[in-house]
Amino acid sequence: MAKKGDWVQVHNIVLRPEERSNALPEDTQKHPLEMWVKGWLQNDAEIGEEVEIITRTGRHTTGTLVKEAPYFEHNFGVLVPEVLKIGDMVREITFGGNK
Amino acid sequence: MDNSYSAIMSRKNEIIRNSVGMDYTKFERPGIGFDYEAMMAATGYTLEELRRVQSLFSVGNTPLIELKNLTALARNCAKPGKGARIFIKDEAANPSGSFKARRSCTSVYQAKKQGYKGVVTATSGNYGAAVACHAAMAGLKCIVVQECYDSRGVGQPEIIEKARKCEALGAEVVQLTVGPELFSTVLRLIEETGYFNASLYTPFGIAGVETLGYEIAQQFRTKIGRDPDVVVCTNAGGGNLTGTARGLRKADCAAKVIGASVNLTGLHMASDDQFNKKSFTTGHTGFGVPFSVNPDRSDVPRSAARPLRYMDRYVTVTQGSVFFITEALASLEGLEKGPAGNTALAAAFRIAQDMDEDQCIVVQETEYTGAGKHINPQLSFARKNGIDIHFGDPKDEVPGKSIILPAHPSLIQVADVDLDHVRRSNIKTQVGAHKDELTDDDIKYLMEETNSTEEFVRGVVASL
Repeated sequence: MAKKGDWVQVHNIVLRPEERSNALPEDTQKHPLEMWVKGWLQNDAEIGEEVEIITRTGRHTTGTLVKEAPYFEHNFGVLVPEVLKIGDMVREITFGGNK
Repeated sequence: MDNSYSAIMSRKNEIIRNSVGMDYTKFERPGIGFDYEAMMAATGYTLEELRRVQSLFSVGNTPLIELKNLTALARNCAKPGKGARIFIKDEAANPSGSFKARRSCTSVYQAKKQGYKGVVTATSGNYGAAVACHAAMAGLKCIVVQECYDSRGVGQPEIIEKARKCEALGAEVVQLTVGPELFSTVLRLIEETGYFNASLYTPFGIAGVETLGYEIAQQFRTKIGRDPDVVVCTNAGGGNLTGTARGLRKADCAAKVIGASVNLTGLHMASDDQFNKKSFTTGHTGFGVPFSVNPDRSDVPRSAARPLRYMDRYVTVTQGSVFFITEALASLEGLEKGPAGNTALAAAFRIAQDMDEDQCIVVQETEYTGAGKHINPQLSFARKNGIDIHFGDPKDEVPGKSIILPAHPSLIQVADVDLDHVRRSNIKTQVGAHKDELTDDDIKYLMEETNSTEEFVRGVVASL
C-alpha cells in the first residue's frame, strides 16, 4: 500500500496500436505508445490502481500506479575485458609499454 | 479538448507559434524558400550579446586541449611527415556537461525574458540536462520528454542516465516508448502548461552554438598563433555543425568543416525491436543523413540547423572505432568522456593521418560521462542484447549485429558520405511538386541550401 504523499511512478497508454501514426515500422505499430511519469501520490493506493499525482512542475496528472519509491539502478555494467586491452594496446604502441 | 493524435497534430502550428514566441510565417518567401538569415537575425542577439548571456550561465570559455599522445598514436599509424596536431574543445566543462549548454541557455534566457513560467523540451540526450540546468538557474519549471524504453520496458542505459541527471536538476521527466508520436505528447504538454518550447532547432539554440566556433578561432590565435585547418563536428540533427561553422565564419576563420556520424545504416530509428540494438542514441547516421536531406523534419516550421549549407565533407565511423578512441582518450590523455561526443574524435584521428604534421585539426566537443553513459556499460548492455563484440577490422561491423573493436588503431577508417547525393535528395525534397513553378529566387535559395552551383541545382531540377 502506497500512502498519500509518497513519491511514486505512474503509467499510461498514450496511444493504442490502432491510434498510432501510420508511418511506423510494423514491429512498433503493434505496440501501444506508453508513458511513465513520477510525482507525489494524492491518495493511498495499491499497485495497479488508477491514481492522481502531482509532478515536480506541479502538474496534476493521473495514471496506473506501477512503482512506489522509484529509484535509478543503472550502473557501469559488468566487466568488458576488451576495454582494458584497448588501454594496454594504445599505451604499448605510444609509449612502448614497460620497455 | 480533443487530445487524439490527429487532433493535436492539426493544432501544431498554433501551439508552436504560441510556445516559441516567434512567427515563422514572416520569413517565408514566395515559392519554396524562406529567408534563413532574417530568421537567424530575428533572435535579436549579436554574437557578443550571446557571449554575455552565456557568461551569465557560466557557459563557454571551455578549455582547448592539445592531445599530444593521441597525435603521437596517429603519427604511428601515418606515413612519415603526416599526422596533424589533434586538439579537443572540452565542452564537458560546461555546467550541464556538454556543448548543448550553449544551445539551451539562449532559449531559457529568452523564455524567461518573455515571461514564460517554464520550458518543455523533447530530447533523450544531453540537451535535456542542459535545459534542466539553465531552467534551474533561471527559476523556471522544466519538463523533459524522452523516448526511453522499448515495448518490454527495457531502457537505454545512456537515456536513463539522462533522466537521472534531469531529475537531479529539478526537472519533471516524461518517459515514452519508441515512436515519433513523442512530438504529439510534447505539443499536448506545451498546450497544457503554456510553457516555452525549448526546441533544439530554433534560431536561439543554433545562434547559441556560434560562440563555440568563434571561441575555437580565438583560442587558436591566442594559444597556437594561427587558425586551425580542419574542425570536425559530430553530426546528428545538424545544429552542432551549423552553429560552429557560422561562428567560425564570424571570426573570419577559413577552417574546413567536416561532419562525422556513427554508421548505423540498416537500423530503423522508429523500430521497437532495434531500439536497444544500437549503442549510440545520437551522433549517428539515423539522424545525420535525414536531417541533412530535410532539416525541416524537426519540431519547428523552419529549422535553424541547416548542415548542408556549411559542410565541406561528411564522413562516417563505426561504433567500435568510437568506443576504441574513447578508451584511448582516457588511457593516453587522462580524459574520461562520454562516447557519443567522441564520434568526431574517431574521425579526426583518421583524417589527421592524411594531413601534414604542422597542420591542426580540432574536435569541437566532449561530453560528460557517468553510469550508463560510458563505454563499459554501453558495451556491457550491447553484449547482453546479443551484439557480437570482438577485436577485428571495423569495416566488417554490421550495425545491430556486431561491434568490432579495431585490432590495431591503424584499422580505424572514415567512410565518405556522397555529399552530392545528399544535395540531390535535399533539392528533390524541397522542390516536391513545384518543379514547373520554380523561379530564379528559388534556384538561388537551393544553391544556398546545398552550398552548390547554379549549374548543379538546375541539373538536379531538370532530372526530377
